[in-house]
Amino acid sequence: MNVVEMRGITKCFGSFTANDNINLVVKKGEIHALLGENGAGKSTLMNILFGLYQPELGKIFIKEKEVAITGPTMANELGIGMVHQHFMLVQPFTVTENIILGDERASSGMIDYKKAEREVQALSDQYGLQVDPRAVVADIGVGMQQRVEILKTLYRGADILIFDEPTAVLTPQEIDELTEIMRKLVKEGKTIIFITHKLKEIMSTCDRCTVIRRGKMIDTVNIVETNENELASLMVGREVSFDLDKQPANPQEPVLKVQSLEVDDKRNNPAVRGLDLEIKAGEIVGIAGVDGNGQSELIEAICGLLKPKSGRVILNNKDVTGLTPRKITETGLGHIPEDRHKRGLVLDFSVSENIILQSYYKKPFSNGFGIDYKAVGEYANKLIQEFDVRTPDKDTPARALSGGNQQKAIIAREVDRNPSLLIAAQPTRGLDVGAIEFIHNRLIQHRDTGNAVLLVSLELEEVLKVSDRVAVIYEGKIQGWVDPKTATEEELGLLMAGSKVKGGTSQ
Amino acid sequence: MIGKLNRNSTLISSLISIVLGMLVGAIAMLLSGYDPIAAYGALFGSIFGSASDMGETLRTITPLIFAGLSVALAFRTGLFNIGVEGQLVIGGLAAAFVGLKLDLPPVLHAIVALVVGTLAGAIWALIPGLLKAIRGVHEVIVCIMMNWIALFLSNYMVGKVLSNNSDSTEKIHPSASIRVDFLTDLFDGARVHLGLILAILAAIFVYVLLFKTKLGYELRAVGLNPSASEYAGMSVKRNIIISMMISGGIAGLAGAVELLGTNEYLSINASLPGTGFDGIAVALLGANTPMGVVLSSMLFGGLFNGGNNMQYVAGVPFEVIRIVFATIILFVAANIVKQVGNRKSRKKKGENAGA
Repeated sequence: MNVVEMRGITKCFGSFTANDNINLVVKKGEIHALLGENGAGKSTLMNILFGLYQPELGKIFIKEKEVAITGPTMANELGIGMVHQHFMLVQPFTVTENIILGDERASSGMIDYKKAEREVQALSDQYGLQVDPRAVVADIGVGMQQRVEILKTLYRGADILIFDEPTAVLTPQEIDELTEIMRKLVKEGKTIIFITHKLKEIMSTCDRCTVIRRGKMIDTVNIVETNENELASLMVGREVSFDLDKQPANPQEPVLKVQSLEVDDKRNNPAVRGLDLEIKAGEIVGIAGVDGNGQSELIEAICGLLKPKSGRVILNNKDVTGLTPRKITETGLGHIPEDRHKRGLVLDFSVSENIILQSYYKKPFSNGFGIDYKAVGEYANKLIQEFDVRTPDKDTPARALSGGNQQKAIIAREVDRNPSLLIAAQPTRGLDVGAIEFIHNRLIQHRDTGNAVLLVSLELEEVLKVSDRVAVIYEGKIQGWVDPKTATEEELGLLMAGSKVKGGTSQ
Repeated sequence: MIGKLNRNSTLISSLISIVLGMLVGAIAMLLSGYDPIAAYGALFGSIFGSASDMGETLRTITPLIFAGLSVALAFRTGLFNIGVEGQLVIGGLAAAFVGLKLDLPPVLHAIVALVVGTLAGAIWALIPGLLKAIRGVHEVIVCIMMNWIALFLSNYMVGKVLSNNSDSTEKIHPSASIRVDFLTDLFDGARVHLGLILAILAAIFVYVLLFKTKLGYELRAVGLNPSASEYAGMSVKRNIIISMMISGGIAGLAGAVELLGTNEYLSINASLPGTGFDGIAVALLGANTPMGVVLSSMLFGGLFNGGNNMQYVAGVPFEVIRIVFATIILFVAANIVKQVGNRKSRKKKGENAGA
């Protein structure tokens, strides 16, 4: 049976067609992938299915009955549940309180929390979600928060579950757990639509895959009959090379020296504990590690956003320890922050205002008092073109861009200043293969013009592919170095878990 | 181009909202047994009627523009300056001081009084700004306290320093006044004064500051995203302090203008003037843009001034007038017309999808 059938869906935003005559057929009990680049129209299509948008044209059939989904409440009634990428949870509430929120089953005006807790526990056990109904959401990890989101949909009786890029926020282990959960859900008779742009996950979890490119439906393929390369080229519309065209590194004099650095995190717990690191011009050093081992604090300390407790940071032979972010930036630092919405962009500023975020006070943009917005506009247009930032125009708010294009704007801003050290923190998180390829090439290009690059990423594959040398960080120290050309994932995994194995090459 | 169209349609929908609000207000008046036609006649008569009426309306609008700009500028930097009241009182007090105690030639006297009033407001706002930046104390609580300090400081000064135990001061020296004959003549004796021109200049100043200068870029960036501003090397603390000082300076100027132009003397007051609180509504209704502040000040000012006339001419009690005004402002603030328009087009699309 086709549980979901969308026929000829067309949705426009102004003059922009986000969905152009899209057909989607999802069969009962399958995991159906919806694959597409950032901004291809996957989320729009799913928001239509969830009733958040109304399409201009097209028909929707749920369980072979034609419906007009006017809002999320109606979607719920039809058994459609959505697990959002950005969790919609009330942090100080308990798991149970979050799950019943909006669906409080009260008798005579009182909520029976005990009963609700039992129901949540029962659902959690049935699908193996291992969620504690009494835990406070603020205290639980990202993986469990996501399972709370899943429980929310199940509690409302959903049997068609939409997962919106669920793995973007998860660690590799958590991804494995999620895969298990999805299989279990399907076995219990649920149907899953899985929005993603990660090809590996599609190959390992899904039954069929519908590819969308620039608002149009390209094809629906059976996973057993396809491979990663075919999916990638369907998605991007051209051949994608998974191998980087990369010459061997040609390291020169040191650009960055970090010496016995100690940094506390925001709660004053030690995060970086006596770390040493050296990066030379003309090389990319990758830092691998499990999230929360001091990566963020290391970067923020180098950039001047956190004050180190002790130790030294030397950039371009200048001691920059504890200087202000601007002084350090001017010494030759570029920084692609790990959280582009928090640090990287002022989302309500236009693209062009964001492009001058690091240089607005300098000539030719400012004479010290005013800002020459004409010069800013010309510069922004130049970078938008050069870095292929897809935006309606330079005056569009950054908020309106897709994640990949937001990231390209940041990279344009940071790389074009030609810093001698470029720190790239999670530069491709949540991006599609096309954008990832672009960003990796830009990092290598930056290296090849004689600069140093520090790449910090949770994606092992990325670290191994892009870096010339790889350091593994564990509990705020460099646990060991490996040669990315020869290192195995096992070797890295052991180091990441704190084992003292001798790595490949030494520093 | 599209932006321009949208802005125009906002203006039109605001005007329609005003009309709808007036209709609901008319129903309210009918229900309570008053004649809405006579009442609205009196309202418009007092806004547009004679030159003198128009002059008084403009005078009412003037402090609202200042107060609205002051609040809007702080909002842009992510600060809620609820202390405009106090800064305004202090600005008035400082201007009164200069106007009464100094002997200076005309023009210069007025200029000195205005500048001192502005500085006094800026310094009054510096205190919450500093406490916010350095100690992280929320500006709202400090501002509210500072409002009361300002009121009672002013009352004390009026009684003990600026007069001899009287409840109001003498008139300021004519050399410090910013009433000018040509405006008074033009508006047939109304108390309209140069403050109106200063208010328009202040609106232009705020526009240029926010959207043309380096400082304005920083203020807006800090207001929208302090983390990204810090990352870009801006000092969030410095910008908070500067924003509060400019905001307070505009409020202080408002106080000085009111004193030197409208009242020309200072008296002991039982309560805060309320202009600063009106400024919050003006700023929000004007979407924190200088042009929006000027337009919403015109709405508020027109209603405030016309309200008196409704009372005298049509005999509508003040309570009912407040209900009518609240209805109009509510309609404009909620932008009912646009809301209904959006829903209609959404519904239409929904029907298409279902068909």
